[in-house]
Amino acid sequence: MLSKKNKEALFNPLSKDNPVLVQILGICSALAVTASLEPAIVMGISVIAVLAFSNVIISLLRKTIPTAIRIIVQLVVVAALVIIVQQILIAYNYDVSKQLSVFIGLIITNCILMGRLEAFAMHNSPWPSFLDGIGNGLGYTIILVIVAFFRELLGSGKLFGFQVVPQWCYDHGYENNGLMILAPMALITLGCIIWYHRAHNKELQED
Amino acid sequence: MNKNSNTYQILYAAVMVLLVGSVLALIYMALKPKQNENIANDTRKQILSALHIAAPDDSQVKEIYEKHIVQDLLVDYQGNIVDSAQNVAFDVNMKKNVKLAERQLPVMKCKMDDGSVKYVLPVYGAGLWGPIWGYIAMNDDGNTVYGANFSHEGETPGLGARIADQDFQDLFRDKHLFQQGDFKGLVVLKKGQKSPTGAEQVDALTGATITSRGVSDMLADCLAPYEAFLKKLQDEPQVEVPGEITNVVKPQ
Repeated sequence: MLSKKNKEALFNPLSKDNPVLVQILGICSALAVTASLEPAIVMGISVIAVLAFSNVIISLLRKTIPTAIRIIVQLVVVAALVIIVQQILIAYNYDVSKQLSVFIGLIITNCILMGRLEAFAMHNSPWPSFLDGIGNGLGYTIILVIVAFFRELLGSGKLFGFQVVPQWCYDHGYENNGLMILAPMALITLGCIIWYHRAHNKELQED
Repeated sequence: MNKNSNTYQILYAAVMVLLVGSVLALIYMALKPKQNENIANDTRKQILSALHIAAPDDSQVKEIYEKHIVQDLLVDYQGNIVDSAQNVAFDVNMKKNVKLAERQLPVMKCKMDDGSVKYVLPVYGAGLWGPIWGYIAMNDDGNTVYGANFSHEGETPGLGARIADQDFQDLFRDKHLFQQGDFKGLVVLKKGQKSPTGAEQVDALTGATITSRGVSDMLADCLAPYEAFLKKLQDEPQVEVPGEITNVVKPQ
């Protein structure tokens, strides 16, 4: 079940081959949904689900897909899964679906999905593809959560919507940093994480 | 079979589209009733929130709503009541922006726990990325705002999306739509600016200029047609309609 190769497919994307930090994929949504923690986590779970299942489906179909239209086939599979996730969210978790609104639909354009389908699922059997999908989805989610943690804490003084910066600080002149809410600071936060990550992984450093 | 022949590709694409299409249609149909219920419940929650009524949990929203909203009305721009069937105002599709003379203006009449009567007026407009809408609860003097609730489809989180925050909505409380007997509406303006028409104003949201303007335009657009209806309320606080509740305390 978990041979060495499969373990690599599952665990490498968490750090050494992280889709956001190393492959620099999925930056767009990492900036868009990380203003607070809750949408970031739901987005992460949705991406894990869509990525794992689209990887499996494409991997099952990989021997039948005509090369000329493979991108279209991948897109159709991803789009269908995203619509299903969206419809299920509207039916069973309406509040969160309202919060995420357009971003769920934008999973379709998330570069991680097409990237993994092209690079992995088209050449591997379903089980490793499934693990690869879970691993990459998790790698993406971890980064989203880290970025969202700093943005929500510094931008709104809250975590998961609960006030954590005490009123005392505001009374003594502390202000929420409105810039943290905006996309540019998400990019800078992400840059800092990449910096830290590279500094601790010598083999990733380029000359 | 040759995977790269034209026939194979066309067949492959056609079968795939048919299959995926029917699966999606099935899922959509299966989930539709549940989704509609969620959406209706959410609308009820928004209306109740404009009235400062909180539902303890989602399963009770419908019950609480039906307890407070005693009558749905449709009025025309001259202030005449044209319909008062059950849920007639709730079911109005605000997206259909018909001509002023034909516009049917929904009003929900609510009875609060303390016996006072409020009128909820739905508003609908455009934000930066998509539609925004809301509910304005009016006191029965036809002039003072009792509460407001705004929702949006996809405004920027942390910026325009803050129109849905309680802090912003609370700014509307106790504002007046009429100045010295003339209808002026409400405007949302940057702090420090003065409304040229003399309308009462609410501070706009920092960093959300276009959404704030959207709220302002929406209020101008959707509240003005109610002028005649609100005037009638001022003259005679209890609009007499068939099926009227009788034991309501008249304000002094």
